[in-house]
Amino acid sequence: MSAAFAETGLPSRKLEAWKYTDLRPLAALAPAPAPEIVDTAALAADLPPLPGPRLVFVNGRRAASLSVPPPADMVADLATEGDPARFAPAPLAALNTQFAQDGAAIHVPAGHDAGTLALVHLTIAEDAAPVFVHPRHRIALAQGATLTLIEYAGGRGVYWQNPVVEIVLAPGATLRHVRIQAEDRESFHTATIFVDLLAGARYDAFTLGLGARLARSETHARLGGAGAIAHLAAVQLLRGTQHGDITSVVAHDAPGCASRQTVKNVVDGHARAVFQGRIEVARAAQKTDGYQMSQALLLSPDAEIDCKPELEIFADDVKCSHGATIGALDPEQLFYLRARGIPEAAARAMLVRAFLAEAIEAVSDDAARTLLVRAIDAWWEGAR
Amino acid sequence: MLEIRDLSASIDGKPILNGIDLVVPTGEVHAIMGPNGSGKSTLSYILAGREGYAVTGGEVRLDGVDLLTLAPEERAAAGLFLAFQYPVELPGVGNANFLRTALNATRRARGESDLDAVQFLKLARAALRDLAMADDMLKRNVNVGFSGGEKKRNEVLQMAILKPKFAILDETDSGLDIDALKIVAGGVNALRGPGFSALVITHYQRLLDHIVPDRVHVLAGGRILRSGGPELARALEESGYAALGLEAVSEDTAAMAAP
Ligand SMILES: Nc1ncnc2c1ncn2[C@@H]1O[C@H](COP(=O)(O)OP(=O)(O)OP(=O)(O)O)[C@@H](O)[C@H]1O
Ligand SMILES: [Mg+2]
Repeated sequence: MSAAFAETGLPSRKLEAWKYTDLRPLAALAPAPAPEIVDTAALAADLPPLPGPRLVFVNGRRAASLSVPPPADMVADLATEGDPARFAPAPLAALNTQFAQDGAAIHVPAGHDAGTLALVHLTIAEDAAPVFVHPRHRIALAQGATLTLIEYAGGRGVYWQNPVVEIVLAPGATLRHVRIQAEDRESFHTATIFVDLLAGARYDAFTLGLGARLARSETHARLGGAGAIAHLAAVQLLRGTQHGDITSVVAHDAPGCASRQTVKNVVDGHARAVFQGRIEVARAAQKTDGYQMSQALLLSPDAEIDCKPELEIFADDVKCSHGATIGALDPEQLFYLRARGIPEAAARAMLVRAFLAEAIEAVSDDAARTLLVRAIDAWWEGAR
Repeated sequence: MLEIRDLSASIDGKPILNGIDLVVPTGEVHAIMGPNGSGKSTLSYILAGREGYAVTGGEVRLDGVDLLTLAPEERAAAGLFLAFQYPVELPGVGNANFLRTALNATRRARGESDLDAVQFLKLARAALRDLAMADDMLKRNVNVGFSGGEKKRNEVLQMAILKPKFAILDETDSGLDIDALKIVAGGVNALRGPGFSALVITHYQRLLDHIVPDRVHVLAGGRILRSGGPELARALEESGYAALGLEAVSEDTAAMAAP
């Protein structure tokens, strides 16, 4: 591990925000910067089936041979400085700032509907010592612009992927952000997303996490202009000894904004899911509508979920609610399916899919939804 | 042929079935009647393999196969079908997907190939038409928001599609309007033949007017107390269980059945 890395250090569980996620196994890994893969074209088969423009990064470096570039007017300069104050609560973003080499900078001009763009990360650490990659992306939508961004992360071997995505949505802009984390089961994945929404902007995120040995998806959304809307949906499928953490902080800084955080966790084996959801409502943010729901399905007696909702409200005219459910598969439903000849494993899979159906159906992009369904199917097949 | 020999079972140590003997020969339809709480649904659940019962004695064979050692899906594969008294709602599971998955699982168990979506739809639409059900029933989630009668019809739809060799219909008539009763009875009668037998659980003669049983059994206190021809059902309808001396007899259940 490089000296700078050791100095900054990884957040410890003494930090409130890291109480449930222990990064010591990552520290013990002592990863080194990922080497460049020269023959990226050979990785074509590893790419998820995503039509349309895509930027592919292999071991953190742009792989031109695998990419289908977006229109030139969408590519901007990559800014890696970030706002130190903004990063303060996210130590891993600061680490990213130190080590980031490459990433995508996307700018969608005012009023423009830019369709769909994919950002694909492949990390290949086969037959090698553990490596790390710190991708850094910046997405800016100008006034009234629209984009669907699909992020996919996968790879092979033991590695640490620590992306940061900074998103700025100008008034009236809409970003649909679909993220699929399907990393190698030996790997670590920690993503930090910063979203700034101005008046009337809308951010619709859907995160699927089913890979990695340890994963954390941390979103900081700031609703800074009146009438902005942020929907943060997440689904995790965890088994074995996987650890998956969904953390989101939504700051309502302006009046009349709405936010939803909805998380569904399916936890099997000895796996552990974490959901930390925080809603902060500033004094000025009257008429805030904040909603948070965590639903967990525990498929084994040793599966675990830790759920920490937090509401910090300084305005007086707000509507904020949160809820959490934890359950097992319903034995009556399971029996009904089996009584119709459906084998137990398939019946369980049907009920888990049913638990996720509503969340998946809400993803409007067809290619993204197909990819999500395929990833979930593959997860089930991997179970048997 | 379904053979139930001296079947006893309890729930949480409480005896519910107390030595049931019942044989339904292939090709026949038998009716079971009996007071509330006499163990009719318990019997059907035990036959279908639901958890939570302790079988304390006896055996059940379907065409010689010992059912009690099989998982529920294996019993279904062996040709058993239970139309539930209270069909279960499955939010998030589409009826078409459910029916096709069940049908293909059944076909695989019989060594037949899967039906694709088009073949399945054709078959399902025909079955819906026979039961006077709207096509959009396939698009809805299984039993979610269905009326009581629609749920019962959906059970019969599943039976029509899966074509079991032995069906248990647990109060499939309750909640059905007069026209629906005839349609559902028609669905059962359509399956009648040398390769099909059924156990029809009901409280009312009116179902047996349409599905005329070969035999009628009275279950009370977890035992078959009397068996007879279709006239037994009519006698019960007229005078009730008590008049025929067919209240529960075991000490355990006597208290329960008393007015
Ligand atoms: N899970 C259970 N726990 C305790 N007792 C039970 C349970 N299930 C059934 N019983 C009891 O077993 C007895 C038989 O119930 P069952 O449902 O088989 O009756 P039934 O003959 O189907 O009645 P009905 O005509 O009302 O449908 C009843 O006394 C009932 O309360
Ligand atoms: Mg009953």
